[in-house]
Amino acid sequence: MNDSKTIPEIEQEIIEEFSLFDTWDEKYEYIIDLGKKLPPLEEEHKIDENKVRGCQSTVWLVADYVDGKVFFKAESDAVIVKGLISMLIRVLSGQTPKQIIEAKLNFIQEIGMTTHLAQTRSNGLLSMVKQMKNFALAYKIKDSSISHDHGYRNTEAKNN
Amino acid sequence: MTMSSTIVKSFDVDFIRQQFPILNRQVKGKQLVYFDNAATTQKPQSVIDALVNYYKGYNANIHRGIHSLAEEATAAFEKTRDLVQQFIGAPSREEIIFTRGTTEGINLVAYTWGRQNIKAGDEIVISTMEHHSNIVPWQVLCEEKNAVLKIIPINNQGELLLDEYEKLLTPKTKLVSVVQVSNALGTINPVKQIISAAHKSGAVVLIDGAQSTVHLDIDVQEMDCDFFVFSAHKLYGPTGVGVLYGKKELLEVMPVFQGGGEMIKEVTFEKTTYNDLPYKYEAGTPNIADVIAFGAALLFISQTGKQNIRKHEEDLLQYATDLLVEMPGLRIIGTAKEKIGIVSFVIDKIHPQDLGILLDNRGIAVRTGHHCTQPLMNRFGIPGTTRASFAVYNTREEIDELVAGLERAIKMLS
Repeated sequence: MNDSKTIPEIEQEIIEEFSLFDTWDEKYEYIIDLGKKLPPLEEEHKIDENKVRGCQSTVWLVADYVDGKVFFKAESDAVIVKGLISMLIRVLSGQTPKQIIEAKLNFIQEIGMTTHLAQTRSNGLLSMVKQMKNFALAYKIKDSSISHDHGYRNTEAKNN
Repeated sequence: MTMSSTIVKSFDVDFIRQQFPILNRQVKGKQLVYFDNAATTQKPQSVIDALVNYYKGYNANIHRGIHSLAEEATAAFEKTRDLVQQFIGAPSREEIIFTRGTTEGINLVAYTWGRQNIKAGDEIVISTMEHHSNIVPWQVLCEEKNAVLKIIPINNQGELLLDEYEKLLTPKTKLVSVVQVSNALGTINPVKQIISAAHKSGAVVLIDGAQSTVHLDIDVQEMDCDFFVFSAHKLYGPTGVGVLYGKKELLEVMPVFQGGGEMIKEVTFEKTTYNDLPYKYEAGTPNIADVIAFGAALLFISQTGKQNIRKHEEDLLQYATDLLVEMPGLRIIGTAKEKIGIVSFVIDKIHPQDLGILLDNRGIAVRTGHHCTQPLMNRFGIPGTTRASFAVYNTREEIDELVAGLERAIKMLS
């Protein structure tokens, strides 16, 4: 997924897509559409341990680490949140931990979602971003501990 | 000007709306429709003026100054106490204590009366429909004292089961703390009956008036509650001011809450004697400006006329309910016979948060979520609702806007 594109490149794509919309209604119709198309998360992942705190709606987020890249899957009971998740996954999934940790994610502001979603709601969005970065950080630390310990440490990721 | 001497005009919603400058603003390019009044009401110009005039004209610390500004500020501050006394029918002004809000009022009682009177094995009774602010202080107290918290159940309409309530009352019941009007459902609870049953079994009663005071006629003597708490900002007044009414005989023997200035009579390093009521519970420089502006809010309500306000809001509630029940998939949560102007609802397969975002997109402010009543939401088996709550300045046209906004949102989401 997104093998050839960097995070800023995908962000730019999204910004350009949103520049086609004239009204908030159009933006939301698009986000709702993305939300409806987000593949459902397997039931076994919908557990308390995978919930993202700070959202008015329930958000479950899991990550997988394959060949030095982090892959995310997520779902929510609210459609607009699912649309926002879908965009975050598009930008961050399949990138290296370092790229994810360093991602500025300016597109959220550029498409008007931080200013448009009130503080209480964007907290949920920010919690999601934070949680995704935490996963990346955890994988990065594990990588560096493997190289120091010559690979003897258990590398099973908790939320796989 | 006293409240009884004000002349109540016939009700004109346009005249009311002109007094609220915020109602002219636009949100997302649309005329604001403000239906989040149960969270906080908007402020009339007279309240804003009172706040500004205090800072511009006579800002001073109160009570101990001998200069003119201090005298003027003290007089204005204490005037509000008299207005509150009249507003809730308290026997004396000494029983009116200014707090930061309803939550602080409840905590004050929990920390003073509660710690003095609740012993191991004692019971405190609250209801299923309490706001977290009327749950947590008692949980903390019960944990500390090894006391027991008991919960009055409700029916599916969102009404208290009074038979069950009376069964909960035992000689061990020391306190009943119940909300007069539910913030999440709008239910008006029969507090007089609740209080009289509690008193028969020897319990003290606190009534949470956060939602009720702006809508209903409040007479604490007729009600016979021992404590009554509410917040100014839900009565068209400023944030940061609340009132605790308590019966004098209780307030006099309760221990102090916070120590500091104003609440003392004399301090030596050996012993401090405390000030008389109400100052005993008002440590530190109070929120002078906001208390003064709260007085203006009370005058606004009395000039508009509580009966007029109630009638207008009842009309809005009926109008909104009639339209909303017709919407496919919509279910109103809270269908008590006695309700104030709150409509809380869920729509099949649609998350309240999505509705809230899309309504906001049309300039309509509603509240979505659990409304700080998670146990109540659990009782109904829902994560939350979308809530529209009405105030004196709302109109039928605005409810039409809400319905149109909901129809559009449902179309977008399904």
